[in-house]
Amino acid sequence: MSVAPAKALRTFALNGEGVQCAFAPNKTLLEVLREDLGLTGTKHGCEMGHCGACCVLIDDRPVLACLVLAIEVNDRPIRTVEGLAKDGRLHPVQEAFAQCGAAQCGYCTPGFLMTAAAIVEQNNRLGEADIRAAIAGNLCRCTGYTKIIEAIALASDRMHEAQPGG
Amino acid sequence: MAERSERDLRTVSTATNPDGDARPLSKSMATHSILRSAPARPAGKPEGFSVVGAALPRVDAYAKVTGEERFADDIFLPQMLFGKMLRSVVPHARLKRVDCTRALALPGVVAVATGADLPVRYGILPSSPDETVMAIDRVRYVGDPIATVVADDELTAEEALSLIDVEYEPLPAVMSIEEALREDLPQIHDNARRTNNVQKEVHLVFGEVDAGFAEADRIFEDEFFFDGNTHAPIEQHAVVAHFGADGKLTFWCSTQTPHYLHRIAAQVLELPGSHVRVIAPPIGGGFGGKTEPFAHELAAGYLARKTGRPVKICLTREEVFYAHRGRHPVKFKVKTGVKSDGTITACHLQSWLDGGAYASYGVATTYYTGALTTVTYKIPAYKFDGCRVYTNKPPCGPKRGHGTTQPRYALECQLDKIADALGLDAVEYRKRIAVDPYTTTVNGLRITSCGLRECLDAAASATGYTVKKGKLPRGRGIGVAASSYLCGAGLPIYWNPMPQSGAIVKVDRGGGVTVFCGTSDVGQGSNHMLAAIVAETLGVDVMDVRVCAGDTDLTPVDLGSYSSRVTFMAGNAAREAAVNVRQRIVAAAAQKLGILPERCALAARRVYDIDHPDDQLTFIEAAQAAEAAFGTIVGVGSYAPPKLAADYKGSGVGPSPAYSYSACVAEVDIDLETGEVTVEKLTVAHDVGRAINPAAVEGQIEGSAYMGLGEALMEEWPFRAGEHKIPNLLDYKTPTSLETPPIHAIIIETDDKEGPFGAKESGQGPLNPVIPAIANAVADALNARVYSTPITAEKILKAMDAAAGGVLRLRKPAPVAVAPV
Amino acid sequence: MLRLPPFVYKPAESVDHAVALLNRHGGDCLPVAGGTDLYANMKQRLFTPKVVVGLSSIAPLRYIAYNELTGLTMGALATISQIAASDVVRRYYPALAQAAAAISTPQLRNMGTIGGNVCVDTRCNYYNQNLDWRQALGFCMKKDGEICRVAPSSPKCVAVNSSDTAPVLQAFGGMVHLAGPSGQRDVSVGDFYLADGINAWARRPDEIVTAISLPPPGPFARSAYRKLRLRHSFDFPILGVAAVLHLDEEGVCVAARIVLNAIASRPLEARAAAQRLVGSKLEPEALDAAAEAAYALGKPLDNTSGSIPYRKRMIRVFTRRTLADIAGQATAL
Repeated sequence: MSVAPAKALRTFALNGEGVQCAFAPNKTLLEVLREDLGLTGTKHGCEMGHCGACCVLIDDRPVLACLVLAIEVNDRPIRTVEGLAKDGRLHPVQEAFAQCGAAQCGYCTPGFLMTAAAIVEQNNRLGEADIRAAIAGNLCRCTGYTKIIEAIALASDRMHEAQPGG
Repeated sequence: MAERSERDLRTVSTATNPDGDARPLSKSMATHSILRSAPARPAGKPEGFSVVGAALPRVDAYAKVTGEERFADDIFLPQMLFGKMLRSVVPHARLKRVDCTRALALPGVVAVATGADLPVRYGILPSSPDETVMAIDRVRYVGDPIATVVADDELTAEEALSLIDVEYEPLPAVMSIEEALREDLPQIHDNARRTNNVQKEVHLVFGEVDAGFAEADRIFEDEFFFDGNTHAPIEQHAVVAHFGADGKLTFWCSTQTPHYLHRIAAQVLELPGSHVRVIAPPIGGGFGGKTEPFAHELAAGYLARKTGRPVKICLTREEVFYAHRGRHPVKFKVKTGVKSDGTITACHLQSWLDGGAYASYGVATTYYTGALTTVTYKIPAYKFDGCRVYTNKPPCGPKRGHGTTQPRYALECQLDKIADALGLDAVEYRKRIAVDPYTTTVNGLRITSCGLRECLDAAASATGYTVKKGKLPRGRGIGVAASSYLCGAGLPIYWNPMPQSGAIVKVDRGGGVTVFCGTSDVGQGSNHMLAAIVAETLGVDVMDVRVCAGDTDLTPVDLGSYSSRVTFMAGNAAREAAVNVRQRIVAAAAQKLGILPERCALAARRVYDIDHPDDQLTFIEAAQAAEAAFGTIVGVGSYAPPKLAADYKGSGVGPSPAYSYSACVAEVDIDLETGEVTVEKLTVAHDVGRAINPAAVEGQIEGSAYMGLGEALMEEWPFRAGEHKIPNLLDYKTPTSLETPPIHAIIIETDDKEGPFGAKESGQGPLNPVIPAIANAVADALNARVYSTPITAEKILKAMDAAAGGVLRLRKPAPVAVAPV
Repeated sequence: MLRLPPFVYKPAESVDHAVALLNRHGGDCLPVAGGTDLYANMKQRLFTPKVVVGLSSIAPLRYIAYNELTGLTMGALATISQIAASDVVRRYYPALAQAAAAISTPQLRNMGTIGGNVCVDTRCNYYNQNLDWRQALGFCMKKDGEICRVAPSSPKCVAVNSSDTAPVLQAFGGMVHLAGPSGQRDVSVGDFYLADGINAWARRPDEIVTAISLPPPGPFARSAYRKLRLRHSFDFPILGVAAVLHLDEEGVCVAARIVLNAIASRPLEARAAAQRLVGSKLEPEALDAAAEAAYALGKPLDNTSGSIPYRKRMIRVFTRRTLADIAGQATAL
């Protein structure tokens, strides 16, 4: 770019690690994750906040990376789909999504997983209405949300040690 | 049969949880059930199968939940350039001048291409090649590509677009079916044989139509309008093209049809087919919207070749709305004659399709608005007139249910009116006139397995349809509809005598099995289907099978993920390839075990004697023995449908080796003051032949139900001053988790004789009954009917006002003059 | 991918610093808080500031405080999620909690701030489009053009105020607190919004909103908010109705404020409608009369989702229902 301002150098607390990165100051977190840090697990479907595909966690709260300016993140912890699994074990929401068939094309899946991870970690066992409300900012065109809701309920039950069968 | 109804009762009891009871979610969501037609078998895995029938996680599930899955836009190559397309800002104009001089001078811009660089005309159907990659002398809709810039980064490419000088000479825009039929407006594509914008006309008559109407006790005539809508996959179309030092061009492309991109890229870029490779990475949703070569893909290929650097183009969401190829808006006139008991004596269907600016699959779509009318109910005499017109809008094409969704809406709404008028139960009536298995329709379509009556029974009994219909309080309603769909078109889109699908199965000495097939997994689960069929045939675990799909260099041709053909056709090809391998493994193992090959069984990574299961070899031992005996273990398989087309012009559209059947019951609650519709539940029963993976089949049914809900209630295709009014995901309304109701998927199995392990399709068929079921439920709730989609709150209020005799009358679609024959 | 145009980002260290930055960079400079509105609009090239002043770093503006004597004060950076979940807001200003919970999506509520929602740009479906689209249709007076595309004879832009919280804040008699080069000033919410889709706020370009405050509701205040939209998530209001009623111990309405939004460039106070309630015990007839008066006031234009007649018709229904929500609360007491 003829008018590109100088790159900013920042250290992110990304998926539990400090990661240094230089990037143009007008880049969103979505662009920096995908293009500068090589973390292509975070997807994009509109870049306008209209679909939820780019959902990541900042301070453990679901936000849309397409409307977060990377330079504004500072040292707040960021979690992406690449950081969900720990020590070779999938996060319960990942395991449940795979088991229930909650991912069809899988493109909206990382965004749903991040929303799901936040709500199952921060709440006791979730009911269907809670889940529907929590994922109302993530669009899916494949599943009719049915198996996504089923998977989040399963993960929530497992994380909170529900009796089998509910 | 007794066993089946018992199961039904169980299904119902788990399904009906009181509202507001948040806890039993897992249970209430888990209301799937599999029902098999006679001979009835216990639920669960079919006897003798270990993989087929098991609700396993898909083979690609773990890549999808970890972010590892790499979609086209996730590919970054060294030295890669980014492309942007300049698109027309007028709906219809002659292009007087396109000057890229200033754009090329912008630092960071590497190359530019315009229509003149790629003059070869093409089209997905060889009979209607009316597109060029970029406009040459005419632009035909707002969004029509004019030029492509590649630069070091996307922002620079975008900035360069503003430096391209374009001079338009505007022409009157043709923005509706009515305008397209007029003779005083310019033609969008010059056609000396016509004076209007009709692209395709179809006129077909089967049986004694006049006699059929004469014999009828009642004749029903209605008009309906089905609005256009779009696929809106969450993944925006993306392509990366790379021209190698070897002179070969490779595409990584979000395409449902790598083979067609291969063919057309070679043709348009004037390269030998042997120098073009198309790889379809996992696709982030298609629904028919990625089923033909797109301008940005071909432009990326051209510019990769021109610059020697990889080129990526990823469309913006607005551009996805312009790429479109979505559901055609269609106007219908439907005339049906019936005896007083409802038996259909004749049907005359007329359709007018708004095709947008280019042909796309439109010739086929036109036929499809009429061809499958006869495949659901018995119609002894049938007349069909179809007409597709060009308009200055983004081109329409195939969307889930391709061309059959719109007429099914019209026909099922009219059928409910007939049932009401004759005092018939809408479910019993439909069952009585349903087609019978193993029959041929009046237009020569061969029907094999058919579980339509079972679908109707299952959906009705799971919902208590008969008890509720007509008896719910005002504002609440229940509706039913049924439908059928293809398992792949009987004929390929370009005439050739070759198979429609090919597969190769290769066995490794370590026990791994690879299946190579040209399919493209768009999320429907074709990779799992291939792995499951091969694993079942060879007695290995499904995760022992690696699927190599959608790579025109490595995989045999499969025509693509459209027309619900993949499970049936690629599944049969993979099955044949695996059987081929199996024969050699069995022969070698039988010799080692000292038994006859007929006594060998394969399961659980073992080859064993069915009479003495302890006499066994591991799969690895058997595979190695086979390789020692016969050399490298590779099996090939192909599938070509039997000759199905009847002997008349136009008979090529409609035949399929099998048809799937579906029924939907919708339950709605309407706010009588605001007109807002809440769909409380959708129950869809679908005859899939056999569920190779029941969880995946349920997923297809649920997704179809959801997509039908959106089309029924909110998705629309409005234009203002010649341009798409709402090309973004905020204003184009797709249902969220809060509008989507619980969906109860019921799988019906009929074990089709020609399908792989008896399987038929499930990706598209279950959508078709959903829209009319919702429409019929709304009519039940209101005692008034809305005659067009989407059924918005405003239309509901108008319909109620009209029914109450108010001044506000629902405006039915304006009558359309029948195009000259 | 839609991307932001190039700009220089300046994080503000304090309110004074923010004001100084805005003052220094003049017309080429815009402040940003949560970013959910501005960054989306910048991607559509509705704004191309050379400098963006980031307010999110001013930690002292991130608070919600309640005091029986002074009422509620929300720092401009309090997020919509925080407001929707706040116990004091839910208890004393339920309409505000309802409005906050109805905004957009869970993710965007986590990002968006009350200051941002109060200043959310007016919307119009001829305006909230990408550059190419606007060029194709012809630019409008709000951006790059001369005339209003919705009402070509209108001398003013008719883009609609699409804030869910604005009508509620106005109905509660709230104040917007601004900081500028000449110090602090307070403007009532009613005066903060102007009847012009372009110059829609009393905020000067070198001022920032620091807080929004609401007076103590009093012991017998009742409030409710209802929003018309086509989906229950994502969508901006295409009609919003906020009502705050003050009842006496007998349940007689002594004061009322009803504010309609998303049908004009500013929230519209339905004074005649409110007048119909005063002196009543919220009997059905009084609610009907108020709804009818509100209906007469609203004149939506064709620049959002939903047609003009439908939105107009819904004014009566939504006003009636919002008041019925309150009547229901009153009965329950």
